[in-house]
Amino acid sequence: MNDTIELNLEKKERVMIDKTPSVKTNKSNTAQSSEETFSACIQVKGYHFYYGDNQVLFDVNFEMPERQVTAIIGPSGCGKSTLLRNINRMNELIDGVRHTGDILIKGQSVYDPALEVTEIRKRIGMVFQKSNPFPKSIYENIIYSLRMAGEKKKSVLDEAVETGLKAAALWDEVKDRLEDSALSLSGGQMQRLCIARAIANQPEILLMDEPCSALDPIATAKIEELIYELKKDFTIVIVTHNMQQAARISDWTAFFYLGKLIEFNNTKKIFVNPDQKQTEDYVTGRFG
Amino acid sequence: MVHQIKSSLSFNKNARAVGEPFVWFTGMGLALGVGMILFLLGLIFVKGTDVFWPKSVAFIEFKDTATSNSGQKIAGIITKKQKKITQIVSEEQTEGAASHMEWQLFVGNKDVYGYNFKFFDVDDIEKVTYPKGIINIERLEYGNAIAFPRMLKIDGGETITSDQPSFHKRLKETVHTVEKRWKEIKAIEKDQIGLINLKLNHLNLKAKALENQSSERHTEALKVIQAEKQALEEKYQILATNAQTLRELQRKGHFVYELASGETHKIFIGNLLGFHYPNQMNWFQKFGLFCRHIWAFLSQDPREANTEGGVFPAIFGTFVMTVLMSLAVTPFGVLAAIYLREYAKQGLLVRSVRIAVNNLAGVPSIVFGVFGLGFFVYFVGGTIDRLFFKEALPTPTFGTGGILWAALTLALLTVPVVIVATEEAIAAVPRGMREGSFACGASKWQTIQHIVLPAAAPGILTGLILAMARGASEVAPLMLVGVVKLAPNLPLDGVFPFFHLERKFMHLGFHIYDLGFQSPDSEAAKPMVFATTLLLIALVVLLNLGAIFIRERIRKKYAAGAF
Repeated sequence: MNDTIELNLEKKERVMIDKTPSVKTNKSNTAQSSEETFSACIQVKGYHFYYGDNQVLFDVNFEMPERQVTAIIGPSGCGKSTLLRNINRMNELIDGVRHTGDILIKGQSVYDPALEVTEIRKRIGMVFQKSNPFPKSIYENIIYSLRMAGEKKKSVLDEAVETGLKAAALWDEVKDRLEDSALSLSGGQMQRLCIARAIANQPEILLMDEPCSALDPIATAKIEELIYELKKDFTIVIVTHNMQQAARISDWTAFFYLGKLIEFNNTKKIFVNPDQKQTEDYVTGRFG
Repeated sequence: MVHQIKSSLSFNKNARAVGEPFVWFTGMGLALGVGMILFLLGLIFVKGTDVFWPKSVAFIEFKDTATSNSGQKIAGIITKKQKKITQIVSEEQTEGAASHMEWQLFVGNKDVYGYNFKFFDVDDIEKVTYPKGIINIERLEYGNAIAFPRMLKIDGGETITSDQPSFHKRLKETVHTVEKRWKEIKAIEKDQIGLINLKLNHLNLKAKALENQSSERHTEALKVIQAEKQALEEKYQILATNAQTLRELQRKGHFVYELASGETHKIFIGNLLGFHYPNQMNWFQKFGLFCRHIWAFLSQDPREANTEGGVFPAIFGTFVMTVLMSLAVTPFGVLAAIYLREYAKQGLLVRSVRIAVNNLAGVPSIVFGVFGLGFFVYFVGGTIDRLFFKEALPTPTFGTGGILWAALTLALLTVPVVIVATEEAIAAVPRGMREGSFACGASKWQTIQHIVLPAAAPGILTGLILAMARGASEVAPLMLVGVVKLAPNLPLDGVFPFFHLERKFMHLGFHIYDLGFQSPDSEAAKPMVFATTLLLIALVVLLNLGAIFIRERIRKKYAAGAF
């Protein structure tokens, strides 16, 4: 693997290059046991994470495949959201955090000191538990990441808005009122707006932190449909409390308990025939 | 199936919620506070507007047996009726006293009597009438005259006596002509001649600068300057002659009037500013005059050591200074608050800075005035003078009080308010919004610029409103850094470079102080003090309403946030 970074001398910005390794998942020190090969997009290697003196993630090792949905499940407080937020280094907004180990995206470490953290975040979209549209118009919300990257051409921005909203299945509902405030939408529409915003800059990865927990079943169903469509183009990692949701929409599932990765496998296998007893206890509802 | 209620739950019907009386206390407190404010505002409003309402003039004849003013007649506006002080003190009854009152009269005619107000014993009064023919004349000098009009002589040789039917009309026309001529004279003297003087001054400075370096090129330049000066001098002569002619015209004509006592006086028509027959006017005419008086108060320059005329320069000076102060304090305060809240590492240092800023709000304002004098005026202003205005020295340009230094001093005074309000507003922006911005790949500054500041804008404007209210009413520091009793010109005018920030200015707050404590005739000044106070309150309220309006507009656009 080539660990150097190429500088794009024209734009003088550092870009992440695709160094996707093809991974055989037959590693003995991980919790995987399947023989399937997939293109790994995100690799977590020997990752420990601390909030001050408090360790919350213990030696996490697994890989999330490209263009598939990986669900991270587990009871409350087991570190699922923490791990998710570390993929795009959002936890660094909190004081006093530290880590050991590494997270690699397509072979490149996100902690590379030569890389500006905003560049990483531009290649990753994130959707939060509570939808957080900006108090701007719908149009401005979607193109926010493009604007921050410096894009000024109206044609490019317009196209991004249309593509994003269509991909988020919101285009028909709002195409006539793009200048209206984003806060005038319903809860489900706002979350879909946030999804459209997250994918507007065409990132490779989409991280979703319990995106449906604050929504009613109909909105939830719409978003789950959306995720199914989106995985054709994006690698999606979704943290969810709702096991049935994980079973419905994900291809791979990682089960966490108290900061440790217990099992990572094909979703079908995790829910029908898990290897670890703890996993079986959790998915059958013996503890929650 | 009907379920029976097996046991009963007993409620104590006589119990009252704990603390009910305190609700009444808080309501009373609010009522008391609001009541006091309304009373104060009402008092100022009533006494302030009372000045402008035209009042009837009484014609008083004294008894022959009176102790003073026996047999005399006097005319004036009754301004106060009160119990005689000696009576209140001694509580004795003098013989044959019908009442124990005394009246204060505004008699005008300061040039004749030497005073405007006088107290008269009611017991001495024989008859009080309100003659229709009496006139109240507003004059350029010595204030108002209250008398009977007798004759008007105009420069064409025409003489009209007051009994002729056309007198009223001709008087009105004359006053109108005189007013127009004064406006012309002012335009020539203040604007045009003033402009020439400014240019001459400028040329003199240029010449002085060149004289210090002598060479061929400079001698040429000096010649050019001399030629320009010559041209300007010629223009000046023409204008001066014009003004002089007009002034002569103002003296071509007299107005003769007779006082209540029978003396006759005459004044040049140029001295007439306005007149009205107070006992002849109906309510609508009085209201019209009332509005005209208020307009004159707001738009004219002051006369007679600020006791007559208007307060326009003070209004303008207060407004310009408040706007300059707001422009100075907002970026400074907002940037400081952003740094304290967003970038600085939250530790002991930041906490001490915050404590220091809060304490700054408690420093007496006169201390800021002294600091402004020492730092802005002498240090910064002196340095600017030495660097850019060397030729004018020893006359200071920026090295003396001026509107710029006053605005900056007050900006320092109000900066803690803005910092605190901005910090609170920034802290109130929800975390989710910030995280959303970071997740979109924005840097910290981009997040602040595009998300945090717009969402915090209503709170920042609240801070600005508080700052403006505080700054517009501080007087003590201004006295040291640039406010004067009478300023020759405005800090903003039509002459390049339009913003004359080194000029001294007038201020409503200082005007109130000056009128109340430093005027030669305190009784005459009292009504003006109330009127100016009312005006200052109205100005601050207007500024605040403007800022509140802007804040509401912003709030509608950015609907999130607690402010």
